[in-house]
Amino acid sequence: MSGFAALLTRDLRLAFRQGGDVANVVAFFALAVMLFPFGVGPDPDLLARIAAGVLWVTALLAALLSLERLFEADYHDGSLETLALMPVPLEIQVLAKCAAHWLTTGLPLTVIAPLLALVLHIDAAGYPALIAALLLGTPVLSLIGAVGAALTLGARRAGVLLSLLVLPLYIPVLIFGVAASEAAALGLESRPHLLLLAALLAGSLALAPWAAAAALRQALE
Amino acid sequence: MAARQLQKSFVGEGLACRRGERRVFRNVAFSLTPGDALVLGGPNGSGKTSLLRLMAGLAHPEEGRIVWDGAAIADDPAVHRTRTHYVGHQDAVKLALTAEENLVFWAKMRGGGDAAAALRRFRLDPRATWPARYLSAGERKRLGLARLLASPATLWLLDEPTTSLDTESIAILLAAIAEHRRDGGCIAVATHAPLNLPEARALSLAEYTTWRQA
Repeated sequence: MSGFAALLTRDLRLAFRQGGDVANVVAFFALAVMLFPFGVGPDPDLLARIAAGVLWVTALLAALLSLERLFEADYHDGSLETLALMPVPLEIQVLAKCAAHWLTTGLPLTVIAPLLALVLHIDAAGYPALIAALLLGTPVLSLIGAVGAALTLGARRAGVLLSLLVLPLYIPVLIFGVAASEAAALGLESRPHLLLLAALLAGSLALAPWAAAAALRQALE
Repeated sequence: MAARQLQKSFVGEGLACRRGERRVFRNVAFSLTPGDALVLGGPNGSGKTSLLRLMAGLAHPEEGRIVWDGAAIADDPAVHRTRTHYVGHQDAVKLALTAEENLVFWAKMRGGGDAAAALRRFRLDPRATWPARYLSAGERKRLGLARLLASPATLWLLDEPTTSLDTESIAILLAAIAEHRRDGGCIAVATHAPLNLPEARALSLAEYTTWRQA
């Protein structure tokens, strides 16, 4: 457990020292969302209709932006092979890195999403479902993304490859995330969708660290 | 601790290694007993780093096996990791963290240790609070090597440890190695520079290289 905490603290410390990373993701998210009112016109009904989809697709792309760096820096400076030889299981270390990734991307995105929802005229009744769905869904993005980042480690043009690999796997999160917000906006129960998101989170928590660790070992051999 | 110590021997038999399409070496054997040092020699590309990576368990041999006190290391990689220190030719130093933070992190990952003493030993204590990006290449190398002392492990695997080190730092490293061997630890080191290691075994990989013949 102390290994998990040590790696999590180190990654957070690196993220804050290098500063720009978190700000870039949040700025990308905000700017991309704000392009939509310009693109489709300021009609409040239309914006409210597409708002949940816009927020989710943009959040997905913003998370993807930062994924490439998840293991890359450690791979290039020799830290990754040293980490792989630590007594702490690599699976636990992947989990720690995903937690750090979520705290520096998924969580900030969830925090500013309500502000952007305001721009998109989401009905006030939809906010709790939107935030709950983001809280459950964004960790899944980090976990699935870690598998993709580990698989593409060391590849040429890894960024493009990573998107091709990971985006299709994000579709279930997108579907249930948007459905939760839309159900709430229509006055329906959003609970079933949130439960499905929770199931996705539980599943990826159990499987993604194994898959990512196996891919990392492969990359190091 | 007792289980981590080497009781009898750490041996490799009939080892073959492949990197991609290329077979690097075959039929390599080594043997280490407590207190031993093994110096790997051979020209560039003869497989010194590959052999060290096999010993660490980072890669698996194509043929042959590596055995620690009678048990193959592949059978229990977790235990092998607790008794092994591997210092590769990259320093695994994070430039945005201070020297001390770097070392404390690696010690914590191995369950704790004395990072401050290791920094002092490698004369890095005046630089402890400097971000590692301001350290020279030699100082970063020393920071990487300080991991050896920051937490205990029986087997030290060192890949070109003297690169960019000054003579005084090499002396510190050799003293640390001598102490480690006296305590029953063993080391394997890949190097081109002649190292003053008393009673070290030498293994030249040039004789086992297979790829030139093809």
